[in-house]
Order: sequence, then structure tokens, then C-alpha cells
Amino acid sequence: MSQPTLSDQIKSAIEQNEVILFMKGTPDAPACGFSARTAGTLESMKVPFASVDILPDPRIRQELSALSNWPTIPQLFVKGELVGGCDIVVEMAESGELQTLLGVEGAEGVVADESSDPAPLQIENRLG
Amino acid sequence: MPTPEELQTRIEEAIPGAKAVVIDTTGTQDHFRAEVSSPAFTGLSRIAQHRLVYDVFGDEIGGAIHALSLKTEPS
Repeated sequence: MSQPTLSDQIKSAIEQNEVILFMKGTPDAPACGFSARTAGTLESMKVPFASVDILPDPRIRQELSALSNWPTIPQLFVKGELVGGCDIVVEMAESGELQTLLGVEGAEGVVADESSDPAPLQIENRLG
Repeated sequence: MPTPEELQTRIEEAIPGAKAVVIDTTGTQDHFRAEVSSPAFTGLSRIAQHRLVYDVFGDEIGGAIHALSLKTEPS
């Protein structure tokens, strides 16, 4: 059995995690404002999510963007589908659509600032 | 390095009927915010709308254009 390609590893990470955020840095130590705001929005809803830091290996971003046809980071996937980047995640959180998608009640309009507490579930760079 | 005016022109030329307002969010000519309206967005999901705008710049996104934050709506 040959070693799974990086693209295969990314696909399985997306399939195996109901909510997964590909970001710069980690939820505890985000390396860009857009990644921080997206992770913070998920944390403010107390939604468990997996996170993958794309910075250690530039190929992750290339393979991911080839798969998702989305050029920027962060990228949020829910139930195997690309939800979008920071703009869309924040817009959906403000409208309540994200809460519906994630099955979270009552957190409508909650958009995080950067200081939220850490995510309960983290798969630190599971593709390492 | 790209300017907000250049980005606006390229968006409006590439997407039918588009009206774009582009600002440089950091003053370093590589982080931009664009608000774009166009009839071409009608019936499209947010992701599809944003893809139309990102596709205008191809692999400049993440390169010369380090960040392009978007707000899109059908018009």
C-alpha cells in the first residue's frame, strides 16, 4: 500500500472531522487576523472543531486550494463541504446561518473578538 | 503593486454589470477590501459570488494581493 499523498491526507481530514478549519497558526496562537477571527467565531459558539496549521508546509495550502477551488486561508469545512473563508463565516455567524449549519442555538449574532478561550478539540497539524 | 483603483477597474471589466468599491485596508497596497454588486451574482451562493471575484485575479491572490476581503451582493 503506497503512502497516502498529501492531497489524500487533506481529503480524509475533511471527511473525518465534521468541522475543520485550515488556518494560519492554531486557535490558541493564530498567525493572521482572518484566521484568528474565524477560529474565534467558532470558539464563541463553543463548537468543537479540528484545526490544521497550514504554515509549516506550503504544499498544504497549494493542495488544499486545488481541492477546494478557494484561493485564500482560512478555509472552513463543515460536513465535508467548504463553507468559506473569514468573510463568509463572519457573515453567516451574524445572520445566524452558521449557528443553524452547526446545530448551535441561541448564539446568533455572536462574532468573536480575538480573546476567546481555546477550542475543546484540536488536532494540531494532524497532517505533520 | 496593485492599487484599489486598479482592482476596482479589473473587477468591473471582468464581471458583467459589476459595481465595485475597493479600499486598501492597511496602506501597504497588499491587503484590500472590496464590496461588489452585480446582476451576475443573482441566484449564486456566497461562495460562488466570491469565487467570481477571486477568479478575476487568479494566483495574484495570496501573492501581490496578500488579502482580499469581500462583501458581495446581487444587484
